[in-house]
Amino acid sequence: MRPAATEIPMTLVLDRLTRRFADFAALDDVSLQMAPGEFLALLGPSGSGKTTLLRILAGLDYPDGGVVMQGDQDFLAASARERNVGLVFQHYALFRHLTVRENVAFGLRVRPRRRRPSRAQIREQVERLLKRVQLEELGDRYPSQLSGGQRQRVALARALAVEPELLLLDEPFGALDAQVRITLRRWLRELHEELQLTTVFVTHDQEEALELADRIAVMNRGRIEQVGTPQAVYQDPATPFVCEFIGRTNRIPLARHAQGWGAGAWPLMTDPWDGRYRHGVAYVRPEHLTLSVPDGQPAWEARLRHVYLAGSVAHLDLYVGDIDLALEADVASEDLGRLGLQPGAVLRVAPNRLVAFPFDDDHGNRAVIRDRWTWRPPDRR
Amino acid sequence: MRKRVLPGFGISLGYALAYLGLIVLLPLAALAWKASGIGLHGLFRLLESPRTLAALKLSFGGALLAALLNVFIGLLVAWALVRYRFPGRRLLDALIDLPFALPTAVAGIALTALYAPNGWLGRWVVPMGIQVAYAPLGVLLAMVFVGFPFVVRTLQPVLQSLERDVEEAAESLGATRRQTFLRVILPLLVPTLLTGFALALARAVGEYGSVIFIAGNIPMRSEIAPLLIVQKLEEFNYAGAAALGVVMLAFSFILLLLIAVLQRWSRRWAERAA
Repeated sequence: MRPAATEIPMTLVLDRLTRRFADFAALDDVSLQMAPGEFLALLGPSGSGKTTLLRILAGLDYPDGGVVMQGDQDFLAASARERNVGLVFQHYALFRHLTVRENVAFGLRVRPRRRRPSRAQIREQVERLLKRVQLEELGDRYPSQLSGGQRQRVALARALAVEPELLLLDEPFGALDAQVRITLRRWLRELHEELQLTTVFVTHDQEEALELADRIAVMNRGRIEQVGTPQAVYQDPATPFVCEFIGRTNRIPLARHAQGWGAGAWPLMTDPWDGRYRHGVAYVRPEHLTLSVPDGQPAWEARLRHVYLAGSVAHLDLYVGDIDLALEADVASEDLGRLGLQPGAVLRVAPNRLVAFPFDDDHGNRAVIRDRWTWRPPDRR
Repeated sequence: MRKRVLPGFGISLGYALAYLGLIVLLPLAALAWKASGIGLHGLFRLLESPRTLAALKLSFGGALLAALLNVFIGLLVAWALVRYRFPGRRLLDALIDLPFALPTAVAGIALTALYAPNGWLGRWVVPMGIQVAYAPLGVLLAMVFVGFPFVVRTLQPVLQSLERDVEEAAESLGATRRQTFLRVILPLLVPTLLTGFALALARAVGEYGSVIFIAGNIPMRSEIAPLLIVQKLEEFNYAGAAALGVVMLAFSFILLLLIAVLQRWSRRWAERAA
């Protein structure tokens, strides 16, 4: 049942959820907590289970195992219509035979008589919401007469009309073009700050997640790989998948030598794993490569193959012949001249920060996640 | 004139008009010309005849009722076929078209055999006081039978294309299954239901073969208008037959026009932005 208005919103606790479809595990032992007012992004490639998780929260699907608790109440016991969540779909799912106003009013009009506001109250509420989504001029239009961005704002107003405790957005900007997407993104963030409504947002666009969310849950193959603030997920990725999925990164194979770990001419001089492993992989962000390492310090000799100027930043395409490795590096465009970065130039390149995982030799190239190691050169910070 | 981007406008429109003229309009014009033989006075006399009026009433009343019944049954059947997976679904789906393929006389004879007082069903329902064969109910039954596939076949693709997430949105907004059906699904189906209704209606009005066998053709009771036309032809009263034909045609045209207007109104939401 719908809780009384005075009830303090509770943390939503998802505990060990599993969901299988035929021979495929859409959710595999997923646990997560959601604080009231939080903006959480579920980020992952398609098929990672993020939409399944959202549908379970919406009451449109049920897990095979696990529970969702809100305080001491079983959240899953309520049906979709009793759950009081606002749901926004990627393809809007507007009622195309109803005008914008009628769409927004729908959730209020279908209420049982004793909970239904009066006609005047509904009208007032609808006008307020249309104003909030900046569509007060278009109330009498049909959805077919609106642009994609306008339709999604109608869908949002419709979801907000029932005053939900939880707002669920399933790739809400997925069908929109880039410019509209960015405008709506900012606008949604502002709306969230104003309403302080617990929001779960499904997306495969990492940029969107990084920009919008308070916290990101990165999903892959039905599992949550990492949960954390955008900064934590970007700066301190917990698994190889997170390293590769979020932001751009260079994947560098590592090997243990007599004197320590390294790759080619660039040795690390330490062994964080005390001789337990022989191979591993390091992930280095393009902005974490030093391009002019002084002589005498370890570095790769890399040839600059290409410079891609992308506004304020330039992407460099480097090649280390020594270990047959292509690298991507970012520099500020204005530094291009100062560093003498012409295609064909040979640079002394070394990482100034990396995340590494050893490989479990018994199981081929499977990364051992619990032995993750982050490294920064000793002379910095 | 602006040059059109799509090629073939001239040839396709020209062909369409020529075809329509030869196959549809020319025979109709001949019919009207033939009918004019009895004059306006003759036409009124024809319409004053109680037997003609009763037949027209049965033909159109029966066809309207049959089309209405078909809308309900057709919606139910199409819904079951599209929404659910069950053993025998494909077979059922194939059976829908049978009334199209069956010679209508065969259908009429089969229905008569079933519902005649000594038939499989007739022997049970007749003692209960329900007269199907040789009664208006039989006419209705035959009309439902021949019109049935139209509603199912027009509805199926539309039901298939309904987006699942629209219903989910309604549910999540607090609508019950009933409210979702009445407020979300049904309004989207109305234009198609009207199309199905119009097709089933047109078919039932013109139906001859299956009806005359089960109707018993008792004047003033179970005699349909097309039968009267045939009778007039057999009496070599060509002008009278043509006049009755024109009356039926006019009625049908008005009905179909009304449905078309209703249909346009029911899908006003699909109009594109100006």
